[in-house]
Amino acid sequence: MKRYNIRIAGVGGQGVVTSAHILGNAMSAAGKYASLVPFFGSEKRMAPVEAYVRASDQPIYEVGEVVYPNVIMIYHPQVITHGKSYTMPFYTGLKENGMILINSDADIIPDEDKRILEELNARIYMIPATQIAREIAGTELATNMAMVGLFFGITRLVEIEHIEKALIERFLGGTFVASGGTTALDSAIEKKFKKKQELLAKNLEVIKYTLKLAEENGWVEEEEKVAT
Amino acid sequence: MPDQRVVDPEYLILEAPRERKFITGSQAFAEAIKRANVDIAIAYPITPQSETMHLVGDLYAQGYVKDYYRAEEEYGAMSAIAGAVRGGARAFSATSGPGLLRGLEAIVSWPGHRIPAVLGVMTRVVNAPLSIQPDNVEISYLLNCGMIVLHAENQQDVFDFTLAGFVISEKVDVYIPVAVCTEGFFVTHAKGYVNLPPEDMKLPPRDPYKAPVPPTDCEIPPARIQRDAPVQKSNFMSYLIHAVWQQEIWSANQRSRKWIKHYLGGLVEVVNPDAEVFIVASGCAAAQGREAQRYAEMEGLPVGLVKVKSIRPFPAQEIREILKKAKAVIVPEHNIVGWLAKEVKAVIPNSGIVVDGPRVYGGMTLPVELIMEKIYEALGVKKAKKTVV
Repeated sequence: MKRYNIRIAGVGGQGVVTSAHILGNAMSAAGKYASLVPFFGSEKRMAPVEAYVRASDQPIYEVGEVVYPNVIMIYHPQVITHGKSYTMPFYTGLKENGMILINSDADIIPDEDKRILEELNARIYMIPATQIAREIAGTELATNMAMVGLFFGITRLVEIEHIEKALIERFLGGTFVASGGTTALDSAIEKKFKKKQELLAKNLEVIKYTLKLAEENGWVEEEEKVAT
Repeated sequence: MPDQRVVDPEYLILEAPRERKFITGSQAFAEAIKRANVDIAIAYPITPQSETMHLVGDLYAQGYVKDYYRAEEEYGAMSAIAGAVRGGARAFSATSGPGLLRGLEAIVSWPGHRIPAVLGVMTRVVNAPLSIQPDNVEISYLLNCGMIVLHAENQQDVFDFTLAGFVISEKVDVYIPVAVCTEGFFVTHAKGYVNLPPEDMKLPPRDPYKAPVPPTDCEIPPARIQRDAPVQKSNFMSYLIHAVWQQEIWSANQRSRKWIKHYLGGLVEVVNPDAEVFIVASGCAAAQGREAQRYAEMEGLPVGLVKVKSIRPFPAQEIREILKKAKAVIVPEHNIVGWLAKEVKAVIPNSGIVVDGPRVYGGMTLPVELIMEKIYEALGVKKAKKTVV
């Protein structure tokens, strides 16, 4: 049984919750299982935000926030450097043999924490996700996509078409039928649709880049490494 | 709205082909109402119930539910439900935490007034300090009023219990209300897979004359009991009537067992009946217990799960039988008082085997790891814990 209990920590405005939905929808598109935990707090821009996703190839029964994750995704360096997190330190509750995916262009983990993480046999993957988003999509708003790509690049839980399906569902709405012909739409909708399609394409490009990045770095997970 | 045809309840609940959908618990409630041929829905909004009643309001707008209104508050809502049902309607309401307690005086009078209805209870904290999170202590307030109390583990249960709830509630030998309880947010606002029968089918309408005490006029019970309360007669009449009437309510509650078995596959579900250690749980805690049981099995530990679907009637005989050879019984709960642990202890001869907890309250998450710890303790398994808490 492959089972990932994921805690995503970032700051308001980064699309932490959106990417949790995309992770879940991609799993669902692949015929696998995912559950999301809706978190109701008073989030605001640059304030701490957390989201939780469980992903597995088997049915998931448990509910609630992920208190003991085996995957932690950090979307913003300030989660670590400024303690912008509901759970401090950022690796609180991390299980043995788990992994931490961090968006940072510099090594920001203090030595003391590194020792603890080593003891837990945690794998740490650090990528400059914001930089990647800015370079490929032209906006740092795609940081979350870079992180989603990295996660699936390491875990190989779904194929790229499943992620694409999840993106379409998120950005174009599940019911919109593009093949129905856009001529019938008035220009306003068409313009909006075109913009959304561009957004989708750029996001997908970012995801593809970090998927490949995981492979190039030899981070792709082997079956036996999965912590339960 | 598609044209709906009336089908036999047996067919709709047990036989009709089902399609898998990925929906929230609130949507699961609404999907059940859509197929239940509900005449009227009355409620007062409260988090986390609001979403469900909003969706039921949409069903009214689409024509699935014949009438719908927002009451002045819960006391009014629950009183109006009694009136509507007495008038021959099939009615649905739902509430949460403080709303349930506000409506409680009216709700606990439903069984005695022979009001067959379904009440959705989406749990939330009731005690101070205020919180909207899914603590489920409120269910314990429903246990002694005579109504049937079902506790749904997930979105599928929500749908099945609600749809079957109307049918069970209206059986002539039952004819008391059904509460379908589930944890707010954890179930109501989270998505899960639900197998749904076609939406162009619905239950037959309620037949109010198919009743143990058919409504004829105000001079005959049950209307007479409400219009002209026995307390206005002699003390003797008052306690005599109350006694026989309440005996009948609790007998009716017991008689619902066969229908719960028929439509919902039993009052309990047992996983790994030959185990040495059992997790006994209801609602969301059963989902956490199911996960713990799976992990325990992967580790080769003799652990089973008893999911209690029906809290009233309580599956006393079933639990006594299953736990006959159990070495330890772990009862995870989402409340501080441990109402389920008390129920379990009361029906087995060796209550000392019941481990109190793990319990979380205030609506916080109940990590599976807490249940695993109790399992290791019960089986004497030593595990080096490296998790940083």
